[in-house]
Amino acid sequence: MQKSNVDIRSLQIGFGGLKVLENLNLNVEASEFLVLLGPSGCGKSTLLNAIAGLIDVRGGEIHIGGRDVTWAEPKDRGIAMVFQSYALYPRMSVRRNMSFGLSVAGTPRDEIERRVGEAARMLQLNSLLDRRPSELSGGQRQRVAIGRALVRHAGVYLFDEPLSNLDAQLRAELRVEIKRLHARLGATMIYVTHDQIEALTLADRIAVMQGGVIQQLDTPKKIYREPVNRFVASFVGSPAMNFIPGRIARDGETGFIAGANRLGLNGYAFRGLPTDAPAVLGIRPEHIELTASDDPSAVSARVEMVEPMGADTLIWCRLADNTAFSFRHDADAQVCVGDTLNVRFPAEALSLFDEISGQRL
Amino acid sequence: MTAAAQPLPAARRSKRMTPARWGLYAFIFITALYFLLPLYVMVVTSLKPMAEIRQGNLLALPVAPSIDAWVKAWTSACTGLTCQGIKIGFLNSLRIMVPSVVISILVGSLTGYALSLWRVRGGNILFGTMMVVAFIPYQVFIYPLVRVFSFTGLGQSLLTIVIIHTIFGLPTMTLLFRNYFASLPVELFKAARVDGAGFYQIYARIMMPMATPMIVVAVILQTTGIWNDFILGLVFAGRDNLPMTVQLNNIVNSTQGERAYNVDMAATLLTALLPLVVYFGSGRWFVRGIAAGAVKG
Amino acid sequence: MRLSLNSRISAITALLPALLVMLVVYIGATGWTVWMSLTNSRMLPNNNFVGLRQYEMLFGNDRWITSVHNIVIYGVLFVSLALSIGFLLAVAIDQRVRAEDTIRSIYLYPYSMSFVVTGLVWQWLLNPTLGIQHVLRSWGFEGATFDWIVRPETAIYCLVIAGVWQASGLVMAIMLAGLRGVDEEIWKATRVDGLPKWRVYVSIIIPMMGASFATAAVLLSTGVVRLYDLSVAMTNGGPGIASEVPAKFVMDHLFERANIGLATAAATTMLITVIAVVAPYFYWRTRKGEMR
Ligand SMILES: Nc1ncnc2c1ncn2[C@@H]1O[C@H](COP(=O)(O)OP(=O)(O)OP(=O)(O)O)[C@@H](O)[C@H]1O
Ligand SMILES: [Mg+2]
Repeated sequence: MQKSNVDIRSLQIGFGGLKVLENLNLNVEASEFLVLLGPSGCGKSTLLNAIAGLIDVRGGEIHIGGRDVTWAEPKDRGIAMVFQSYALYPRMSVRRNMSFGLSVAGTPRDEIERRVGEAARMLQLNSLLDRRPSELSGGQRQRVAIGRALVRHAGVYLFDEPLSNLDAQLRAELRVEIKRLHARLGATMIYVTHDQIEALTLADRIAVMQGGVIQQLDTPKKIYREPVNRFVASFVGSPAMNFIPGRIARDGETGFIAGANRLGLNGYAFRGLPTDAPAVLGIRPEHIELTASDDPSAVSARVEMVEPMGADTLIWCRLADNTAFSFRHDADAQVCVGDTLNVRFPAEALSLFDEISGQRL
Repeated sequence: MTAAAQPLPAARRSKRMTPARWGLYAFIFITALYFLLPLYVMVVTSLKPMAEIRQGNLLALPVAPSIDAWVKAWTSACTGLTCQGIKIGFLNSLRIMVPSVVISILVGSLTGYALSLWRVRGGNILFGTMMVVAFIPYQVFIYPLVRVFSFTGLGQSLLTIVIIHTIFGLPTMTLLFRNYFASLPVELFKAARVDGAGFYQIYARIMMPMATPMIVVAVILQTTGIWNDFILGLVFAGRDNLPMTVQLNNIVNSTQGERAYNVDMAATLLTALLPLVVYFGSGRWFVRGIAAGAVKG
Repeated sequence: MRLSLNSRISAITALLPALLVMLVVYIGATGWTVWMSLTNSRMLPNNNFVGLRQYEMLFGNDRWITSVHNIVIYGVLFVSLALSIGFLLAVAIDQRVRAEDTIRSIYLYPYSMSFVVTGLVWQWLLNPTLGIQHVLRSWGFEGATFDWIVRPETAIYCLVIAGVWQASGLVMAIMLAGLRGVDEEIWKATRVDGLPKWRVYVSIIIPMMGASFATAAVLLSTGVVRLYDLSVAMTNGGPGIASEVPAKFVMDHLFERANIGLATAAATTMLITVIAVVAPYFYWRTRKGEMR
């Protein structure tokens, strides 16, 4: 099976007067699993449909496997696609759903049978081959839809929110299955979702999109630990990152001042030279640590609410200057509303953003 | 894909006019002509003097257009024994249509309301039967109904035809309103019940005001349906109340001597006018109406 | 929630008219008609039971045989033509054409017109001396003949032309609603699969539109059985009895020929035919749980 890279250069797409994508560049490596993540309406499906050739572009180029396919028909692009609504042909059996495209394209019958058999085996569809889509469960339908894509032996597989119509448990199961499939086929996959768990678990790299612009393209770990701006920081991660407004102070040692508290920023990797300016500090709930009251970097906060979440507990606190934040602690924490805690914000785990531009400092 | 090496058309794909699109527009154009032809012919024929019709071409535009035929059709064409034009029929149709539309919608909406929101025992059986009998041709009921009406002394009259239209409109109207009320959130009904409103209060104060879209659809459906009716008017309206369609048929098909095609077409257009106005005036509502009333047709 | 007694009574009284209509008009009248068909009623109904004698006479009656023959020809041609033309029109409109609303209005407006109007217009268009035949000849096709309406063998086809003109728009509207209901992603999937458009319609879309086709077919077929006005207005059953139809047979024998037994036998035969069409449809709809 061939593995193709996808190279998108200055892509522009619009509907009537609405510009959805403007000057978008994206390079997906061969065999890579790339996830497009972003809020509803940000242009993820639009981008994916453009790669598939299902909508016309206004400008720019799309190259797949080194060929310029900007104006090629979808079937000639070496792609296969899996849709959110499954888009199975309702009056055809599972077998026919998978084989129909091939037989219309004139593929020899034994070759079709071989490919369908192979896909059915990979997706455990063997016992379902003679059923109609209406006789399948949601998860089975989605597996058939994946099977229909697999038989195309494409170089690039495109997924448009394939799991969003399924319940949480099935979603988790199929997620694992897709990941296994990727490992086994080694094909290039581009996967659209607005579910960050899917994105973080599946992706080699994630492209976080907003308003038709790729905000950050990076590994899941980098996206999580070092978001490039406040949007990425707040969109990825659940429970959400805490934001505390304040300013950077460079009186001697660089620090962050929020109300009466001062945090040392020793250990924070500034991107440029820090300047005295208003800024926003971001920290994920699980990176906040409890500490002793004599720790010089301790900040004291009052507990306002305790949310047990099973494996651990989310504790909502308020600082003396009224800033609220949440942090995560093991489930056995003996914390009650009204307690005063001493917490520490480790500088390595912080993210600092410019207050105006929202960019990472 | 194995065909990786084969070059792809790099040229900009033109979305505009492929041969297939040309074929499509040609098909649409020709079929549209077929559908428009009768309307066009009606209009031009009605505007030509008879001499021009006899010598000229059916499709030609009138050389000396005149509305004489329209005036004659309206005021003095012969509908059987009398020669007072189609206006008599027009007025009759109006007198039949207005009360029939109002009453059939009232009865139908009330029935639909009772069947949708109030779980009356046997309601589903009643409704199911209604849907089935709506398909039965009128010929099956007509004679017994004639007997019943003459027995009750109503005979053939305006009241009879209004009752008849109400009866035969009942299944469609009930279907329309039952489905509409059933689609409203049931909480609305429950809230009104909790507020202590009774059956007719909920119907008049809450449900009917909310049913405006369905009322529009029902009015369109019943107006055109009753206006276009021929057979019921013929049998039940009585000689003095014959609706426009019946009179039109009399004008055209029972003329003695030479046929005045221009007058015929003017009268035909006059008869088609109200449904056409309703149709073009109501736009998508008409489509909604036939979709909703599709079960009867 | 318990219904108060008052409301319960109100609900039942509100349903009384409907119940009365059902029992008296639909069921009572149908029963009476069926009963009369088993008697030898002539001018007035009587109760002399004669078994199926009227039916024997009916099927030995030339005019009835012609009517049945005609309605079969009309029914088959009308339903199949209206379905296929209506479907093609819907497919054409579904191709994102310009001025879609206008085109749709043009296709559908004939449906707003009565059968009487339809019949009279087409009678005029098909008039051999001054109608389409005349036009063709004046365009230089000297030998052109299009005089179907005055020829007994072909008159019934004229009813088909007019009927199809009137009803295709209805089929188009039903089909278009069905086509618009097809998931956009199915279309995308077929493009990724590289299926040609015609193939998508034939193999995927048409099989999906079973419900639309069934609805349209049932509507058209029940219209076929009750066909009356069109025949009266367009040909009045002529030439001779060449374009007679069953509904007209019933009406003429009820009100002009004073043969109630025969007329009701004919009406009962129509009833049975309709039930044969409608019952499977309702069965199918109920089974699919689509009974609304
Ligand atoms: N066919 C269309 N015509 C006009 N505007 C469209 C069309 N398709 C999408 N858009 C607009 O383009 C923008 C991007 O849409 P897109 O479907 O790519 O969003 P998305 O990121 O996939 O969102 P979701 O997560 O909800 O699927 C939206 O503002 C949408 O309204
Ligand atoms: Mg989307």
